[in-house]
Amino acid sequence: MSHLIPLTAVYRLSDKWGVMMNTRKAMADSAANVPAGPSLLREKGIIKRFTDRYSESRGKAIIYSSAFLMIIAVVAITLFLTLQGLRSFVIDHLNIWNFLTGTEWYPDRASNPQFGAFPFIFGSVAVTLLAALLATPIAIGTAIFMAELANKWGQRIMQPVIEILVGIPSVVYGLIGLSVFVPLMRAHFGGSGFNLLAGALVVGIMILPTVASIAADSIRAVPDKLREASYAIGGTKWQTIWKVVIPAAGSSLMTAIVLGMSRAFGEALAVQMVIGNARNLPHSIFDPSATLTTIITLSMGNTTTGSVLNDALWSLGLILLAISYIFILIIRYLSRKRVV
Amino acid sequence: MKKKSLLTLGMLLALSFILVLGACGSSTAGSSSSSSSASSSKALSGKLTIGGSTALQPLAAQAAKEFMDKNPGVQIDVQGGGSGTGLSEVSAGNFNIGMSDIFAENGKNIDAKALTDNKVAVVGMTAAVNPKAGVKNLSKADLIKVFTGKVRNWKQVGGKNVKITLVNRPDGSGTRATFDQFALDKQTPAEGITQDSTNTVKKIVAQTPGAIGYMALSYFTANDHSVVKLSIDGVDATYENVASGKFPVWAYEHMYTKGAPTGLTKAFIDFVMSDAVQSKDVPAQGYFSESKMTVQRDASGKTTNK
Repeated sequence: MSHLIPLTAVYRLSDKWGVMMNTRKAMADSAANVPAGPSLLREKGIIKRFTDRYSESRGKAIIYSSAFLMIIAVVAITLFLTLQGLRSFVIDHLNIWNFLTGTEWYPDRASNPQFGAFPFIFGSVAVTLLAALLATPIAIGTAIFMAELANKWGQRIMQPVIEILVGIPSVVYGLIGLSVFVPLMRAHFGGSGFNLLAGALVVGIMILPTVASIAADSIRAVPDKLREASYAIGGTKWQTIWKVVIPAAGSSLMTAIVLGMSRAFGEALAVQMVIGNARNLPHSIFDPSATLTTIITLSMGNTTTGSVLNDALWSLGLILLAISYIFILIIRYLSRKRVV
Repeated sequence: MKKKSLLTLGMLLALSFILVLGACGSSTAGSSSSSSSASSSKALSGKLTIGGSTALQPLAAQAAKEFMDKNPGVQIDVQGGGSGTGLSEVSAGNFNIGMSDIFAENGKNIDAKALTDNKVAVVGMTAAVNPKAGVKNLSKADLIKVFTGKVRNWKQVGGKNVKITLVNRPDGSGTRATFDQFALDKQTPAEGITQDSTNTVKKIVAQTPGAIGYMALSYFTANDHSVVKLSIDGVDATYENVASGKFPVWAYEHMYTKGAPTGLTKAFIDFVMSDAVQSKDVPAQGYFSESKMTVQRDASGKTTNK
């Protein structure tokens, strides 16, 4: 949805710009055709004529090079991460299957160090799914409120509220989690209070505004004729929303949720503050746990370049990248379905 | 008009590119500029980059500030990043001085012979226990049992009937390495909560009934009863006992240079080792001066009398 907008905007801009340049060039040409001898040089200096002549190709070059820079950046990051991430398997000879499925992570143990990343993969997936589960109903509800029920003043109040929520830095969410959720968990569920659920709650609140604003956009994109048709056959407001608008916006709503999930998956700081960062597989949502991102941020600074632990952390990064690619594929799939 | 603004935009883009490239170039060249001549009579000038251990960062920053006050031509950047980063970057030549909590010999994939060690301070550490656990002293054997998960309740080691919650440090952390080696006799601790920052560890231990973690002695203050400073084998965790060799859990804080320090780098390290820093800033930041130790320790952890 919104991730598509920047791209199309660029195309549109380039089209408009090309047209604008063409007309300007035509004007310049017609001006140049006036036979006026030396005055020509004064009004249109050599440099100016030069830039006029090449304005078309220059504009093209700027736009194209920006686009290529983006592509190069993505390719470069992927290549770099892949090369670094594969080091632990190619150079340090860790078994890739044991790495993905092993449940013991003791990289610093003098005898028999273990690199099993499964608890972190599980932790990341669990936090993401739980966060989506917690955030989705509230986010969709908010979106319906914004787009369908409270049109005028809802816009005026909800839009800034959501923008503020998006703008709050993740460390602030982490602090709130640390001083509100963790003591709450400790008081009600025992233990230390640092657990999977606390992490999912914090991330759930973080992705709420993202999901809500994209969902609201997709609900607004549902054509009015559908609503009018529903009212015409006697549907109530609720029936229209539930039976017509939501199914019509269906796959865009899914896109909103998946986008939120991909944000949840990548979040490191706020989660690290409340999840406890224990590296064994949690038995329940009230056990401390760890995610791929929290282990990377916790350990990276303490490792030396080229050490096995450093390489293993890069491999965790590669797993993160692979999973975020999967998220993007899902989003592409969903948005294609919508178009057809 | 529009074309002119476009031209400006293009020029701005080009300019920013040049600036970015220039910045990249200067950062790699940073190490070379520091080796400007530094005879004691001449005014010092140049730029130093110091980075690594976050535990040593406050002391280095304080010393750097005083050094820059004395030598206005000098600019010193003190960065964090962790001990591993410090060792890697000083080996690669990106830092002039790499700060580390661990010996370079114990850093994996580091050529320790290429680095010169400067032991600028000693840091002592001990376990911090939640007051509700009801213990103030543990034998080393009991401490190992607690951290390896062999006992799960404080009453099994003479405390109250409270469940034990472990608070660890991340892999590779200098604090963790020191504690594992000298307090737990190289046993691998059982799994618990893992936190990086000492302040967070202290907060968790203070708030969670039955929690135990470990931290540098400077984080225990006399009138702060939020956590209990644990004695091991009846020996109080104080710098007097560390200096006499009675209390085993301590480590050096290192400032590594690539090869022998020269020029400005040498001048700064000499300043850190001078009495001005060693007797004022070192204790003020919660460390202990290496010169006052009666025991010494090598990279393998063997402790001998000086």
